[in-house]
Amino acid sequence: MKPAPFKYIAAASLEHALSLKAEYGDDAKFLAGGQSLMPTMNFRLAQPAILIDLNRIESLGGIRPGDAGGARIGALTRYRNLERDAGFARMFPLIAEALPHIAHPQIRNRGTIGGNLSHADPASELPAIMLALGARFHIQTTKQTRSVEAPDFFLGALTTDLQPDEMLVEVELPLSKPRTGSCFMEVARRRGDFAIVGIAVMMTLGNQDECTHIRLTFCGVGETPIDASSAADHLIGSAPTEKAICDVAASVQAMIDPGGSVHATADYQRHVAGVLTERALQTAFQRARDGH
Amino acid sequence: MDTDDHDITVSVNGVRYKRRVESRMLLSDFLRHDLALAGTHVGCEHGVCGACTVLLDGQPVRSCLMLAVQAETHEISTIEGLTDKDGAYHPLQQAMHDHHGLQCGYCTPGILMTMTAFLEENLSPSEDEVREALSGNLCRCTGYQNIVDAVMAAAQRMRG
Repeated sequence: MKPAPFKYIAAASLEHALSLKAEYGDDAKFLAGGQSLMPTMNFRLAQPAILIDLNRIESLGGIRPGDAGGARIGALTRYRNLERDAGFARMFPLIAEALPHIAHPQIRNRGTIGGNLSHADPASELPAIMLALGARFHIQTTKQTRSVEAPDFFLGALTTDLQPDEMLVEVELPLSKPRTGSCFMEVARRRGDFAIVGIAVMMTLGNQDECTHIRLTFCGVGETPIDASSAADHLIGSAPTEKAICDVAASVQAMIDPGGSVHATADYQRHVAGVLTERALQTAFQRARDGH
Repeated sequence: MDTDDHDITVSVNGVRYKRRVESRMLLSDFLRHDLALAGTHVGCEHGVCGACTVLLDGQPVRSCLMLAVQAETHEISTIEGLTDKDGAYHPLQQAMHDHHGLQCGYCTPGILMTMTAFLEENLSPSEDEVREALSGNLCRCTGYQNIVDAVMAAAQRMRG
Protein backbone atom coordinates (compact mmCIF):
# COMPACT_ATOMS: atom_id res chain seq x y z
CA MET A 1 0.00 0.00 0.00
CA LYS A 2 2.23 2.77 -1.28
CA PRO A 3 1.20 5.54 -3.64
CA ALA A 4 2.07 5.16 -7.32
CA PRO A 5 4.69 7.65 -8.54
CA PHE A 6 3.56 11.23 -9.08
CA LYS A 7 5.07 14.68 -9.45
CA TYR A 8 4.70 16.80 -6.33
CA ILE A 9 4.39 20.56 -6.53
CA ALA A 10 3.91 22.73 -3.44
CA ALA A 11 1.88 25.67 -4.69
CA ALA A 12 3.20 28.98 -3.39
CA SER A 13 -0.04 30.89 -3.87
CA LEU A 14 -3.66 30.41 -4.91
CA GLU A 15 -2.82 31.81 -8.35
CA HIS A 16 0.03 29.32 -8.68
CA ALA A 17 -2.22 26.41 -7.67
CA LEU A 18 -4.95 27.45 -10.10
CA SER A 19 -2.53 27.92 -12.99
CA LEU A 20 -1.12 24.43 -12.36
CA LYS A 21 -4.65 22.98 -12.33
CA ALA A 22 -5.48 24.85 -15.54
CA GLU A 23 -2.36 23.35 -17.11
CA TYR A 24 -2.79 19.75 -15.91
CA GLY A 25 -6.59 19.43 -15.51
CA ASP A 26 -7.78 15.97 -14.51
CA ASP A 27 -4.21 14.65 -14.38
CA ALA A 28 -3.68 16.74 -11.26
CA LYS A 29 -5.24 16.55 -7.81
CA PHE A 30 -5.19 19.20 -5.12
CA LEU A 31 -3.73 17.93 -1.86
CA ALA A 32 -5.30 19.67 1.14
CA GLY A 33 -5.56 17.72 4.41
CA GLY A 34 -5.05 14.44 2.57
CA GLN A 35 -7.31 12.50 4.92
CA SER A 36 -9.40 11.10 2.06
CA LEU A 37 -7.00 11.46 -0.87
CA MET A 38 -3.98 9.83 0.77
CA PRO A 39 -5.80 6.59 1.72
CA THR A 40 -7.10 6.24 -1.84
CA MET A 41 -3.59 6.86 -3.14
CA ASN A 42 -2.10 4.37 -0.67
CA PHE A 43 -4.57 1.81 -2.04
CA ARG A 44 -3.74 3.03 -5.56
CA LEU A 45 -7.42 3.60 -6.19
CA ALA A 46 -6.30 7.11 -7.11
CA GLN A 47 -3.12 7.56 -9.14
CA PRO A 48 -2.87 11.24 -10.00
CA ALA A 49 0.11 12.15 -12.18
CA ILE A 50 0.50 15.50 -10.44
CA LEU A 51 -0.17 16.43 -6.83
CA ILE A 52 -0.62 20.14 -6.12
CA ASP A 53 -0.06 20.70 -2.41
CA LEU A 54 -2.15 23.60 -1.08
CA ASN A 55 -0.90 23.51 2.50
CA ARG A 56 1.47 26.46 2.16
CA ILE A 57 -1.27 28.82 0.95
CA GLU A 58 -2.16 30.47 4.23
CA SER A 59 -4.74 32.76 2.66
CA LEU A 60 -6.89 29.70 1.85
CA GLY A 61 -7.50 28.96 5.54
CA GLY A 62 -9.43 30.76 8.23
CA ILE A 63 -12.88 32.06 9.07
CA ARG A 64 -13.96 35.59 8.28
CA PRO A 65 -17.25 37.46 8.57
CA GLY A 66 -19.68 37.07 5.68
CA ASP A 67 -21.04 40.01 3.68
CA ALA A 68 -24.50 39.92 5.30
CA GLY A 69 -23.59 38.42 8.67
CA GLY A 70 -22.75 34.75 8.79
CA ALA A 71 -19.29 33.51 7.98
CA ARG A 72 -16.98 32.63 5.12
CA ILE A 73 -14.81 29.58 5.72
CA GLY A 74 -11.64 29.25 3.68
CA ALA A 75 -11.22 25.88 1.96
CA LEU A 76 -8.03 25.05 3.85
CA THR A 77 -9.64 25.62 7.26
CA ARG A 78 -9.25 22.44 9.28
CA TYR A 79 -11.94 20.81 11.39
CA ARG A 80 -9.73 21.55 14.35
CA ASN A 81 -9.94 25.30 13.65
CA LEU A 82 -13.74 25.16 13.78
CA GLU A 83 -13.71 22.93 16.86
CA ARG A 84 -11.61 25.41 18.82
CA ASP A 85 -13.40 28.59 17.80
CA ALA A 86 -15.97 29.33 20.53
CA GLY A 87 -17.50 32.22 18.59
CA PHE A 88 -18.00 30.02 15.54
CA ALA A 89 -19.59 27.30 17.69
CA ARG A 90 -22.09 29.83 19.08
CA MET A 91 -22.90 31.06 15.60
CA PHE A 92 -23.25 27.59 14.07
CA PRO A 93 -24.23 25.16 16.85
CA LEU A 94 -25.25 22.60 14.20
CA ILE A 95 -21.62 22.31 13.05
CA ALA A 96 -20.32 22.31 16.62
CA GLU A 97 -22.64 19.43 17.48
CA ALA A 98 -21.57 17.44 14.42
CA LEU A 99 -17.79 17.91 14.67
CA PRO A 100 -17.16 15.23 17.33
CA HIS A 101 -18.86 12.72 14.99
CA ILE A 102 -16.48 13.55 12.12
CA ALA A 103 -13.68 10.96 12.27
CA HIS A 104 -11.15 11.18 15.10
CA PRO A 105 -9.00 13.91 16.66
CA GLN A 106 -5.95 13.03 14.55
CA ILE A 107 -8.02 13.25 11.35
CA ARG A 108 -9.67 16.50 12.45
CA ASN A 109 -6.23 18.02 13.03
CA ARG A 110 -5.46 17.65 9.31
CA GLY A 111 -8.75 17.33 7.42
CA THR A 112 -10.03 20.46 5.71
CA ILE A 113 -13.50 21.80 4.99
CA GLY A 114 -12.79 22.36 1.30
CA GLY A 115 -11.21 18.95 0.93
CA ASN A 116 -14.14 17.20 2.56
CA LEU A 117 -16.73 18.97 0.40
CA SER A 118 -14.77 18.53 -2.84
CA HIS A 119 -14.40 14.82 -2.08
CA ALA A 120 -18.20 14.65 -1.65
CA ASP A 121 -18.53 11.36 0.16
CA PRO A 122 -22.29 10.88 0.60
CA ALA A 123 -21.79 9.24 4.01
CA SER A 124 -19.82 12.25 5.25
CA GLU A 125 -21.50 14.62 7.69
CA LEU A 126 -20.40 17.98 6.32
CA PRO A 127 -22.17 17.92 2.92
CA ALA A 128 -25.54 17.26 4.59
CA ILE A 129 -24.85 20.06 7.07
CA MET A 130 -24.09 22.44 4.21
CA LEU A 131 -27.49 21.65 2.69
CA ALA A 132 -29.21 22.26 6.02
CA LEU A 133 -27.45 25.59 6.53
CA GLY A 134 -28.07 26.84 2.98
CA ALA A 135 -24.37 27.20 2.22
CA ARG A 136 -23.02 28.84 -0.89
CA PHE A 137 -19.81 27.53 -2.45
CA HIS A 138 -17.31 29.92 -4.04
CA ILE A 139 -15.32 28.41 -6.88
CA GLN A 140 -12.35 29.85 -8.73
CA THR A 141 -10.20 29.33 -11.82
CA THR A 142 -7.35 31.43 -13.16
CA LYS A 143 -9.90 33.31 -15.24
CA GLN A 144 -13.10 33.59 -13.24
CA THR A 145 -14.98 33.07 -10.02
CA ARG A 146 -18.47 31.68 -9.63
CA SER A 147 -20.64 30.45 -6.83
CA VAL A 148 -23.17 27.65 -6.52
CA GLU A 149 -25.74 26.72 -3.91
CA ALA A 150 -24.99 23.54 -1.97
CA PRO A 151 -27.72 21.42 -3.66
CA ASP A 152 -26.24 22.18 -7.10
CA PHE A 153 -22.71 21.29 -5.98
CA PHE A 154 -23.23 17.64 -5.04
CA LEU A 155 -24.02 15.69 -8.21
CA GLY A 156 -23.39 12.09 -7.15
CA ALA A 157 -21.22 9.84 -5.02
CA LEU A 158 -17.75 11.47 -4.96
CA THR A 159 -18.91 13.71 -7.80
CA THR A 160 -19.33 17.48 -7.69
CA ASP A 161 -19.97 20.35 -10.04
CA LEU A 162 -16.25 21.25 -9.96
CA GLN A 163 -14.65 21.38 -13.41
CA PRO A 164 -11.08 20.14 -14.05
CA ASP A 165 -9.59 23.65 -13.79
CA GLU A 166 -11.62 24.74 -10.75
CA MET A 167 -11.06 24.90 -7.01
CA LEU A 168 -13.57 25.29 -4.21
CA VAL A 169 -11.95 28.22 -2.39
CA GLU A 170 -14.52 29.30 0.18
CA VAL A 171 -17.81 28.29 1.78
CA GLU A 172 -20.28 30.99 2.75
CA LEU A 173 -22.72 30.27 5.56
CA PRO A 174 -25.68 32.59 6.13
CA LEU A 175 -26.52 33.75 9.62
CA SER A 176 -29.51 31.85 10.96
CA LYS A 177 -32.63 33.76 11.98
CA PRO A 178 -33.55 34.39 15.62
CA ARG A 179 -35.48 31.57 17.30
CA THR A 180 -33.75 28.90 15.25
CA GLY A 181 -33.00 25.54 16.81
CA SER A 182 -30.63 23.04 15.26
CA CYS A 183 -29.85 19.40 15.85
CA PHE A 184 -27.34 16.92 14.48
CA MET A 185 -27.62 13.22 15.25
CA GLU A 186 -26.00 10.15 13.80
CA VAL A 187 -25.92 6.41 14.15
CA ALA A 188 -22.59 4.84 13.22
CA ARG A 189 -21.07 1.46 14.01
CA ARG A 190 -18.43 3.16 16.11
CA ARG A 191 -17.94 6.77 17.12
CA GLY A 192 -16.01 8.47 14.35
CA ASP A 193 -17.03 6.04 11.63
CA PHE A 194 -19.02 7.17 8.64
CA ALA A 195 -22.72 7.42 9.37
CA ILE A 196 -25.15 4.57 8.76
CA VAL A 197 -27.63 7.44 8.96
CA GLY A 198 -26.97 11.03 9.98
CA ILE A 199 -29.49 13.85 10.21
CA ALA A 200 -29.19 17.64 10.35
CA VAL A 201 -32.16 19.84 11.25
CA MET A 202 -32.59 23.62 11.26
CA MET A 203 -35.97 24.82 12.55
CA THR A 204 -37.10 28.44 12.96
CA LEU A 205 -40.13 29.43 15.03
CA GLY A 206 -42.36 32.52 14.97
CA ASN A 207 -43.69 34.39 18.01
CA GLN A 208 -46.45 31.82 18.65
CA ASP A 209 -43.98 28.92 18.39
CA GLU A 210 -45.27 28.22 14.91
CA CYS A 211 -42.68 26.74 12.58
CA THR A 212 -41.69 29.27 9.90
CA HIS A 213 -38.71 27.55 8.30
CA ILE A 214 -37.39 24.03 8.32
CA ARG A 215 -34.47 22.20 6.77
CA LEU A 216 -34.08 18.46 7.22
CA THR A 217 -31.12 16.74 5.55
CA PHE A 218 -29.43 13.35 5.71
CA CYS A 219 -26.08 11.76 5.12
CA GLY A 220 -25.43 8.09 4.45
CA VAL A 221 -28.76 7.28 2.81
CA GLY A 222 -28.14 8.03 -0.87
CA GLU A 223 -25.65 8.86 -3.59
CA THR A 224 -25.50 12.47 -2.41
CA PRO A 225 -26.45 14.25 0.79
CA ILE A 226 -30.26 14.17 0.79
CA ASP A 227 -32.49 17.18 1.37
CA ALA A 228 -35.74 15.79 2.80
CA SER A 229 -37.15 19.16 3.84
CA SER A 230 -40.27 18.68 1.72
CA ALA A 231 -41.26 15.80 4.02
CA ALA A 232 -41.68 18.45 6.73
CA ASP A 233 -43.65 21.00 4.68
CA HIS A 234 -46.80 20.42 6.69
CA LEU A 235 -45.06 21.55 9.87
CA ILE A 236 -44.92 25.11 8.53
CA GLY A 237 -47.49 27.43 10.11
CA SER A 238 -48.12 25.69 13.41
CA ALA A 239 -46.23 24.46 16.45
CA PRO A 240 -44.99 20.95 15.70
CA THR A 241 -47.05 18.34 17.56
CA GLU A 242 -45.90 14.83 18.34
CA LYS A 243 -48.31 13.51 15.73
CA ALA A 244 -47.08 15.92 13.05
CA ILE A 245 -43.48 14.95 13.77
CA CYS A 246 -44.37 11.22 13.48
CA ASP A 247 -45.92 12.00 10.10
CA VAL A 248 -42.67 13.65 8.96
CA ALA A 249 -40.74 10.54 9.98
CA ALA A 250 -43.10 8.36 7.93
CA SER A 251 -42.75 10.67 4.93
CA VAL A 252 -38.98 10.57 5.23
CA GLN A 253 -39.01 6.78 5.30
CA ALA A 254 -41.10 6.73 2.13
CA MET A 255 -38.95 9.34 0.43
CA ILE A 256 -35.40 8.06 0.95
CA ASP A 257 -33.85 5.21 -0.97
CA PRO A 258 -30.84 4.04 1.04
CA GLY A 259 -28.45 1.61 -0.61
CA GLY A 260 -27.87 -0.71 2.32
CA SER A 261 -24.55 -2.41 2.96
CA VAL A 262 -23.07 -5.45 4.66
CA HIS A 263 -23.31 -3.51 7.94
CA ALA A 264 -26.84 -2.15 7.64
CA THR A 265 -29.65 -3.23 5.35
CA ALA A 266 -31.67 -0.60 3.51
CA ASP A 267 -34.67 -1.44 5.72
CA TYR A 268 -32.61 -0.85 8.83
CA GLN A 269 -31.31 2.47 7.48
CA ARG A 270 -34.89 3.51 6.70
CA HIS A 271 -35.98 2.57 10.21
CA VAL A 272 -33.10 4.51 11.79
CA ALA A 273 -33.84 7.53 9.58
CA GLY A 274 -37.39 7.58 10.93
CA VAL A 275 -36.28 7.32 14.56
CA LEU A 276 -33.65 10.03 14.12
CA THR A 277 -36.16 12.28 12.35
CA GLU A 278 -38.49 12.17 15.36
CA ARG A 279 -35.71 12.74 17.88
CA ALA A 280 -33.93 15.49 15.94
CA LEU A 281 -37.13 17.41 15.18
CA GLN A 282 -38.21 17.28 18.83
CA THR A 283 -34.78 18.43 19.96
CA ALA A 284 -34.53 21.24 17.39
CA PHE A 285 -38.04 22.41 18.36
CA GLN A 286 -37.18 22.52 22.05
CA ARG A 287 -33.94 24.36 21.37
CA ALA A 288 -35.67 26.93 19.14
CA ARG A 289 -38.39 27.46 21.75
CA ASP A 290 -36.01 27.67 24.70
CA GLY A 291 -33.53 29.85 22.88
CA HIS A 292 -30.39 27.73 22.75
CA MET B 1 10.82 7.24 -15.60
CA ASP B 2 12.96 9.48 -13.41
CA THR B 3 11.77 9.57 -9.84
CA ASP B 4 10.41 12.85 -8.52
CA ASP B 5 12.94 13.61 -5.78
CA HIS B 6 13.02 16.52 -3.37
CA ASP B 7 15.61 17.80 -0.91
CA ILE B 8 13.98 18.34 2.46
CA THR B 9 14.98 19.54 5.89
CA VAL B 10 12.86 18.11 8.67
CA SER B 11 13.15 18.51 12.40
CA VAL B 12 12.38 15.33 14.33
CA ASN B 13 12.51 15.38 18.13
CA GLY B 14 14.55 18.56 17.92
CA VAL B 15 17.17 17.14 15.52
CA ARG B 16 17.40 18.57 12.02
CA TYR B 17 17.76 16.06 9.22
CA LYS B 18 18.54 16.82 5.58
CA ARG B 19 17.51 14.11 3.20
CA ARG B 20 16.58 13.57 -0.44
CA VAL B 21 13.21 11.80 -0.74
CA GLU B 22 10.95 10.66 -3.51
CA SER B 23 7.67 12.57 -3.44
CA ARG B 24 5.60 9.44 -2.82
CA MET B 25 7.54 8.55 0.35
CA LEU B 26 5.08 8.52 3.26
CA LEU B 27 6.16 10.31 6.42
CA SER B 28 5.75 7.03 8.33
CA ASP B 29 8.16 5.20 6.00
CA PHE B 30 10.56 8.14 6.01
CA LEU B 31 10.81 8.04 9.80
CA ARG B 32 11.28 4.29 9.90
CA HIS B 33 13.49 3.62 6.90
CA ASP B 34 15.41 6.85 6.22
CA LEU B 35 15.84 8.04 9.81
CA ALA B 36 15.81 4.57 11.44
CA LEU B 37 13.25 5.78 13.97
CA ALA B 38 11.27 2.55 13.96
CA GLY B 39 9.31 3.33 17.11
CA THR B 40 6.56 4.78 14.91
CA HIS B 41 4.56 1.72 13.92
CA VAL B 42 2.70 1.14 10.68
CA GLY B 43 -0.62 -0.66 10.92
CA CYS B 44 -3.27 -0.07 8.29
CA GLU B 45 -1.66 2.64 6.13
CA HIS B 46 -5.01 4.22 5.43
CA GLY B 47 -5.68 6.29 8.48
CA VAL B 48 -7.87 3.95 10.50
CA CYS B 49 -5.71 2.33 13.17
CA GLY B 50 -3.69 5.22 14.63
CA ALA B 51 -0.51 3.14 15.17
CA CYS B 52 1.55 5.63 13.13
CA THR B 53 0.40 8.73 15.04
CA VAL B 54 3.13 11.36 15.46
CA LEU B 55 2.97 15.01 16.46
CA LEU B 56 3.13 17.61 13.70
CA ASP B 57 3.96 20.93 15.36
CA GLY B 58 2.57 19.46 18.58
CA GLN B 59 -0.67 18.07 17.15
CA PRO B 60 -1.32 14.35 16.69
CA VAL B 61 -1.65 13.32 13.04
CA ARG B 62 -1.46 10.10 11.02
CA SER B 63 2.04 9.87 9.58
CA CYS B 64 0.78 7.38 6.95
CA LEU B 65 -1.50 10.06 5.51
CA MET B 66 1.27 12.62 5.05
CA LEU B 67 4.11 12.74 2.60
CA ALA B 68 7.62 13.14 3.93
CA VAL B 69 8.07 16.07 1.57
CA GLN B 70 5.18 17.82 3.34
CA ALA B 71 7.06 17.73 6.63
CA GLU B 72 9.59 20.25 5.26
CA THR B 73 9.99 23.10 7.78
CA HIS B 74 7.74 21.39 10.31
CA GLU B 75 8.59 19.97 13.74
CA ILE B 76 7.82 16.26 14.09
CA SER B 77 7.75 14.48 17.45
CA THR B 78 7.89 10.70 17.70
CA ILE B 79 7.89 8.15 20.48
CA GLU B 80 11.71 8.23 20.54
CA GLY B 81 11.55 11.79 21.89
CA LEU B 82 9.10 11.11 24.70
CA THR B 83 11.53 10.18 27.47
CA ASP B 84 13.52 13.03 29.00
CA LYS B 85 17.25 13.49 28.45
CA ASP B 86 18.15 11.12 31.29
CA GLY B 87 16.00 8.41 29.78
CA ALA B 88 13.34 8.75 32.46
CA TYR B 89 9.86 7.78 31.35
CA HIS B 90 7.18 10.33 30.61
CA PRO B 91 4.53 10.08 33.37
CA LEU B 92 2.16 8.44 30.88
CA GLN B 93 4.78 5.85 29.89
CA GLN B 94 5.25 5.05 33.57
CA ALA B 95 1.50 4.86 34.12
CA MET B 96 1.05 2.54 31.12
CA HIS B 97 3.68 0.29 32.68
CA ASP B 98 2.10 0.44 36.13
CA HIS B 99 -1.44 -0.19 34.90
CA HIS B 100 -0.61 -2.85 32.30
CA GLY B 101 -1.82 -0.54 29.53
CA LEU B 102 -0.24 -2.68 26.84
CA GLN B 103 0.05 -6.31 25.89
CA CYS B 104 1.63 -6.79 22.46
CA GLY B 105 2.59 -3.11 22.40
CA TYR B 106 2.09 -2.53 18.68
CA CYS B 107 -0.45 0.26 19.14
CA THR B 108 1.36 1.79 22.12
CA PRO B 109 3.59 4.39 20.41
CA GLY B 110 0.57 5.85 18.59
CA ILE B 111 -1.46 5.87 21.79
CA LEU B 112 1.33 7.55 23.75
CA MET B 113 1.74 10.29 21.13
CA THR B 114 -2.02 10.88 20.98
CA MET B 115 -2.58 10.91 24.71
CA THR B 116 0.49 12.91 25.76
CA ALA B 117 -0.68 15.67 23.38
CA PHE B 118 -4.17 15.34 24.87
CA LEU B 119 -2.82 15.69 28.42
CA GLU B 120 -0.88 18.81 27.39
CA GLU B 121 -4.25 20.44 26.75
CA ASN B 122 -6.39 18.80 29.40
CA LEU B 123 -4.83 17.77 32.69
CA SER B 124 -8.16 17.12 34.39
CA PRO B 125 -10.01 14.96 31.90
CA SER B 126 -13.10 12.90 32.61
CA GLU B 127 -13.00 9.23 31.69
CA ASP B 128 -15.38 9.99 28.81
CA GLU B 129 -13.02 12.65 27.47
CA VAL B 130 -10.14 10.19 27.63
CA ARG B 131 -12.14 7.61 25.69
CA GLU B 132 -13.12 10.21 23.10
CA ALA B 133 -9.48 11.28 22.68
CA LEU B 134 -8.47 7.63 22.40
CA SER B 135 -11.14 6.84 19.80
CA GLY B 136 -8.75 7.15 16.85
CA ASN B 137 -6.34 4.48 18.11
CA LEU B 138 -7.16 0.80 17.78
CA CYS B 139 -5.88 -1.67 20.35
CA ARG B 140 -6.76 -5.31 19.78
CA CYS B 141 -5.33 -6.69 23.04
CA THR B 142 -6.30 -4.68 26.07
CA GLY B 143 -9.95 -3.78 25.73
CA TYR B 144 -8.81 -0.22 26.50
CA GLN B 145 -9.74 -0.22 30.19
CA ASN B 146 -6.16 -0.35 31.43
CA ILE B 147 -5.14 2.34 28.94
CA VAL B 148 -7.90 4.61 30.25
CA ASP B 149 -6.79 3.85 33.82
CA ALA B 150 -3.21 4.73 32.90
CA VAL B 151 -4.18 8.06 31.32
CA MET B 152 -6.28 9.00 34.34
CA ALA B 153 -3.40 8.08 36.66
CA ALA B 154 -0.88 10.02 34.56
CA ALA B 155 -3.15 13.07 34.58
CA GLN B 156 -3.36 12.90 38.36
CA ARG B 157 0.39 12.59 38.70
CA MET B 158 1.05 15.43 36.25
CA ARG B 159 -1.34 17.69 38.18
CA GLY B 160 1.04 17.15 41.11
